[in-house]
Amino acid sequence: MRIPVKAVGAATALLLSTPAFAGWEPTKPVEIVVAAGAGGASDQMARMMQAAIQKNNLMKQPMVVSLKGGASGAEALMYMKSSEGDPNKVLIAYSLIYMLPLSAKIPFNWRELTPVSVIALDQFVLWDNSAGPKTVKEFIEAAKAANSPFKMGGTGSKREDHVLTVFLEQKTGAKFSYLPYKSGGEAATQLVGNHTEANVNNPSENLEVWRAGQVRPLCVFDKERISYTSKVTDTQSWADIPTCKEQGVDVQYLMLRAMFLPGKVTAEQQAFYVELFHKVTQTAEYKDYMEKQALKPIFLTGKDMVQFLEEDDAVNKALMTEAGFVAK
Amino acid sequence: MEALGLLLHGFAVLLTWKTLVLMMVGLVLGIFVGVLPGLGGPNGVAILLPLTFTMDPTSAIVMLSCIYWGALFGGAITSILFNIPGEAWSVATTFDGYPMAQQGRAAEALTAAFTSSFVGSLVAVLLITFLAPMISSFALKFGPPEFFAVYLLTFCSFVGLGREAKHKTVISMSLGLLLAGVGMDTVSGNLRMTFGSAELLRGINFLVAVIGLFGISEILLTMEERLALRGHAASISLRVVLGVWKDLPKYWVTLLRSSFIGCWLGITPGGAIAASFMGYNLAKRFAKDSESFGKGRIEGVFAPETAAHASGTSALLPMLALGIPGSGTAAILLGGLMVWGLNPGPLLFVEHKDFVWGLIASMYLGNVVGLVLVLTTVPVFASILRVPFAAVAPMIVVSCAIGAYAIQNAMFDIWLMLGFGVVGYVFKKIGIPLAPFTLALVLGNRAEDAFRLSMIGSGGNLGVFWSNGLVGSITTLAIVLLFWPVIDGLLGRVGWTRRI
Repeated sequence: MRIPVKAVGAATALLLSTPAFAGWEPTKPVEIVVAAGAGGASDQMARMMQAAIQKNNLMKQPMVVSLKGGASGAEALMYMKSSEGDPNKVLIAYSLIYMLPLSAKIPFNWRELTPVSVIALDQFVLWDNSAGPKTVKEFIEAAKAANSPFKMGGTGSKREDHVLTVFLEQKTGAKFSYLPYKSGGEAATQLVGNHTEANVNNPSENLEVWRAGQVRPLCVFDKERISYTSKVTDTQSWADIPTCKEQGVDVQYLMLRAMFLPGKVTAEQQAFYVELFHKVTQTAEYKDYMEKQALKPIFLTGKDMVQFLEEDDAVNKALMTEAGFVAK
Repeated sequence: MEALGLLLHGFAVLLTWKTLVLMMVGLVLGIFVGVLPGLGGPNGVAILLPLTFTMDPTSAIVMLSCIYWGALFGGAITSILFNIPGEAWSVATTFDGYPMAQQGRAAEALTAAFTSSFVGSLVAVLLITFLAPMISSFALKFGPPEFFAVYLLTFCSFVGLGREAKHKTVISMSLGLLLAGVGMDTVSGNLRMTFGSAELLRGINFLVAVIGLFGISEILLTMEERLALRGHAASISLRVVLGVWKDLPKYWVTLLRSSFIGCWLGITPGGAIAASFMGYNLAKRFAKDSESFGKGRIEGVFAPETAAHASGTSALLPMLALGIPGSGTAAILLGGLMVWGLNPGPLLFVEHKDFVWGLIASMYLGNVVGLVLVLTTVPVFASILRVPFAAVAPMIVVSCAIGAYAIQNAMFDIWLMLGFGVVGYVFKKIGIPLAPFTLALVLGNRAEDAFRLSMIGSGGNLGVFWSNGLVGSITTLAIVLLFWPVIDGLLGRVGWTRRI
């Protein structure tokens, strides 16, 4: 299957080297690679983009979502790394691109891929069961007073959820048992079933169970509150959730959602996708999704994006080192 | 009667030309793979799964489940006509089905097989329709200890109730568990047994292993035996069909008993294979003249086929409501659900009503359409077996290779599949059962994670597996089943019961 693609790629390159400028376009279905399990935040976002592109006719070829959540997402990273020069695969990346190479020594470096654009920043929220403590203060007190440590559900080990749990422990002095599940969806279900006391899921992962009144958001790990003020549940909007800092727990973390192509694609191919995802961020579907899932809109590309990635990489590396999650 | 309303909604979702066409295609493909020795349900579904990746989930599952029903029907055809069980669960059908065919009663035997298959799945579908909503609220009670207890129960029941030698089952299962450990360990976030290879990073894919273990190894065996296929002419006339149906009420006890056994084994993961043997053995045990079994008795076809279909169908219930597959094919469908972006589990019934009830409605329709289809197309399918093996075998190998490649678009998986083909061949030669191996490969990881999460949660206290009534009773049942042969022997000695 790969050979014809390369041939087409080469033919396109030849065409482009001639003075007559012809914009590159995918010639076969584009695969949007998700580095997480089904139903997680990345997967939902990929499906939103698939729908936005299809409904608004932004691309002639169809887009298919390809889930590569094996090995905690490492499968997707290695898949992208090995697809060098293939312009029909685009990765929807998040902080795992910095963390996984550190914690599991995966031979992967995001600098080997072709950056397209940063399309959103994702929040983290501290949630507990709706039958549990009602405020951060009560929650921390209950956690300290408990005979056995509170169980904190999360996705994967030595990753953003785990890092947040470690920093929560450092700032409050409470102890948690961190339970690494396979997906945010599973962490949500387990909190509803009272098998864990809390989780630090992204808004999108707990949205449905929040609306069903099964869990309660305690605080958001950001400098400022989420900006969306329309009601999500009967009584609350995203903006009603206090920041953790307001509540006396100064822990902050934002996670990037960014698109990457495999390495060694042409500048024209890169330009096509920059344009495509820029158009996606203009669609009603994207705007609606950002609000529904409480994401921070952002659009970075080119030099700005690389600079953002370098800084973000440094922040994540520092956090991972401090939490003691860097493999020797 | 909420279930009835939802079911009608399911039919509404289903009744579009597109889904109906997919349903017919699925059934025909399914009967085809069911008839081919060595392919069969799990392989057929596994190979055709990637075709559905771009479909919407409801169409995809309708097509795949119809392949599954088709394979269940088709498996009976070769068992009866050629004494070759096309499916593992059709083995018991050959005991009386083949003698009937030799006596020139092939049409009667086939009608009996298809009809009882239909009855078995109908009972199971009714069960799913009315029990499913209850099961999903029950499922929220499942935390790590409960999940581990269920996995333990599955493993123990395979060892304790399996027909094979115990030590061989344990060997097979241990090897499966070992291979399940390859790749990223979710709990510690470290890599295990990858030896620095990027290919092994994602672990050993269960589907790749299954295609090799069953498909390729069967080809190897058949090549070695130079299997000559000689069939009996089969055509079904309306008179024979009506004759069998007229006699059907006489066997209601057998049908009901087999349905019950099938549903029970399908829900507690024991698999369709065990169910068909159990159905046959029980019918034989309760018959007044048990000597006539094995000599062409129609009841000997009714009993195993009903049980096989009831368990094959009800195995989908724990898969949907708990995310735990009851059979090999259900495990593959589980993988499919995740690919289509559906999280099998308690909330599936709440969040994806269209999908769940569309699937349940398709079980009703698929079975009715399937029955008509098999009754009318038997001669056509039987003629597949007149094609020389030399021509069929390469086609099977090619389709296996495409299937293995398409799962993760990895060339490495084809080599892995061929490797597993050899492993499967050796296992069959030295009599090590393959089922425990595949079971351990698909569940091993999850069982380990569930166990370690339970231990983290309880601070290393094993008492967590008896911490409430639910988990306690499942764990205890698991241990009882593990030592069942010993317990059964003791009970037998005091004259309590006799081994089934």
